[in-house]
Amino acid sequence: MAEVTFLEALRQGLWEEMERDDRVFILGEDVGLYGGAFKVTDGFSKRFGESRVIDTPISEAAIVGAAAGAAHMGLRPVAEMQFIDFISCAYDMLTNYVATARYRAGLSTPMVVRGPCGGYVRGGPFHSQNPEAAFLHTPGLKIVYPATARDAKGLIKASIRDEDPVLYLEHKWLYRRIKEQLPEGEEILTPIGQARMARDGKHLSIISYGATLWKSLEAAEQLEKADGVSVEVLDLRTLLPMDDAAIVATVKKTNKVLIVHEDTRTGGIAGEIAARINEQAFEWLDGPIMRVTAHDVPLPYAPTLEDFVLPQTEDIVKAARWLAAY
Amino acid sequence: MALPATRPTAAFPTGAALSADQLLEIYYFLRLTRTLEERLVALYRQTKVIGGLFRSLGQEGESVASAYALERGRHKDILSPLIRNLGSLLVMGAQPVEILRQYMAKAESPTRGRELNVHFNDLEKGYLGQISHLGDMIPVMAGIALTFKLRREPRVGLVYIGDGGMSTGTFHEGLNLAAVQRLPLVVIGEYNHWAYSTPPDKQFAVTDLAEKAKGYGVQAVTVDGNDVFAVYEATRFAVERARRGKGVHFIEVKTYRRKGHAEHDDQHYVPKADLERWASENDPIDRYTQRLLGADMVAEGDLKDIDDRVRVEVDQATDACVDEPLPPAESALPGVYVDPPSADKLWFKAL
Repeated sequence: MAEVTFLEALRQGLWEEMERDDRVFILGEDVGLYGGAFKVTDGFSKRFGESRVIDTPISEAAIVGAAAGAAHMGLRPVAEMQFIDFISCAYDMLTNYVATARYRAGLSTPMVVRGPCGGYVRGGPFHSQNPEAAFLHTPGLKIVYPATARDAKGLIKASIRDEDPVLYLEHKWLYRRIKEQLPEGEEILTPIGQARMARDGKHLSIISYGATLWKSLEAAEQLEKADGVSVEVLDLRTLLPMDDAAIVATVKKTNKVLIVHEDTRTGGIAGEIAARINEQAFEWLDGPIMRVTAHDVPLPYAPTLEDFVLPQTEDIVKAARWLAAY
Repeated sequence: MALPATRPTAAFPTGAALSADQLLEIYYFLRLTRTLEERLVALYRQTKVIGGLFRSLGQEGESVASAYALERGRHKDILSPLIRNLGSLLVMGAQPVEILRQYMAKAESPTRGRELNVHFNDLEKGYLGQISHLGDMIPVMAGIALTFKLRREPRVGLVYIGDGGMSTGTFHEGLNLAAVQRLPLVVIGEYNHWAYSTPPDKQFAVTDLAEKAKGYGVQAVTVDGNDVFAVYEATRFAVERARRGKGVHFIEVKTYRRKGHAEHDDQHYVPKADLERWASENDPIDRYTQRLLGADMVAEGDLKDIDDRVRVEVDQATDACVDEPLPPAESALPGVYVDPPSADKLWFKAL
């Protein structure tokens, strides 16, 4: 066992897949000799050469489009968005071209688009976004969003091996904050489409993912200690396809649900989860499905503003306490 | 509006490399394209074509000639056609019955009724269908050319873009990436004067589209798009240059869209005199036929035989599919992913 950070686990996963399969290659901005803005691909160019770690112009649409073309031809591209905020520049290419390719034209497009997302790091409006809701509405894409180092590694490997295009979201607040003991020499693969029970509980369920998964766990500890409320926490890990069975199972177990995400509220993923619970487990609910999310504003820069806008542990505690007493 | 003069900047030997059989084969594809489209018009008027019908009248020459310059066959060169490159598709081996089925949304169409007209592909034969978002195929074809480069395969990608499509961001991003990577990619820029109803002077501020491409450091030439020989030679030159690792080549073909954007469009915005002049003086098939016969390259009877053969082929293809069924409704669901992650979620359908 060795202690690795979230970022190192991701890096290991990429590295292992590059070693295992010479069809895998990386393209993106500053990913080569520089090793990526966050050093996820540090050392890759030296090991695998410039033809498998390709520095591109600042052209997100071309990066994703070229990855798609290469994927059609049997390669396994991993396209990096330097910050996931810039994926909006490739929105057309991903949603119209890539995601529809299998359905409309029978084209295989096994590719990964990955990049650092999320706030709590004073990144301001364009280095903090969580774009998952914009892509949840896109049949043909898969979206994974690991919260642990183990899943960072297991999901990047599974994404590269998947036959369909995968959007891999990696929260930069977790990059060096999360450390975990991972076994050496053991293959770690996290199946896409399966949620993970992050904490067992019986009075109330929190459904979350990414950075707010950790804040939800922190809130659960506090509620246990202060109120004696037993909180279950479900880590979705994959947002598309969503693990309905795991969601329904936790609802049936605790009968109360709080959904926590860092993305803004209106049109956020919590709405979709709530709708599914209504359709599939309405009669098991003992209270309204509640949400803790960011406020509906672009994410501001100043610490006072950012902290106010993003969901904090105390927000989750308050909401959960209210729901537990309902 | 005065038409820009057709000013070829490329001088190539014409016809030298083509045998009599090849000249006749090119004629076959030109005639097949036009005849098949005329059949589609008839089917459109009978409401058997479900969606829009997009004609390539006047552009058959550049489509057929550019595609004909590629290496064709399994795992050879790959092109990506636009809506007005039916001729390119036929050259690469798409069958008339496939085109007819696509337009009529038949269950047996290449996309099983999911996509329209020429939006379909066969990567083994060497064509990748476009999507409607113009410009997107430039980065995608750059990715295909990148694969050729990474695998050190002597293959070339060819992609078409219109004078309107060259205003999109993806065109510029893709061309720049391909240029920087020195990819084996040939881009055919079709100056056909109309992007739906928008004329050149509202679309771009250069005289020749080649000027735009030159800005990315790629070789760029302008040729007479209605001269089959000129387009063939320019493309052949560009393709072989790309195959030798010399990078991207852009060929501007000056041509004219002689029908509306689609069959519903009466093109009232197009000056009648221009249409008549391009039809009477500059039809690519007429010009090609005159060249062949004028220089005694082929016999008139050979061309007539091809005309007859094409008519029979189009008739047979039509008969083979016109009464076929549309796809069953429930076939709409599978195939979004390679392994469907979940069943039909529309719970009320089971009530």
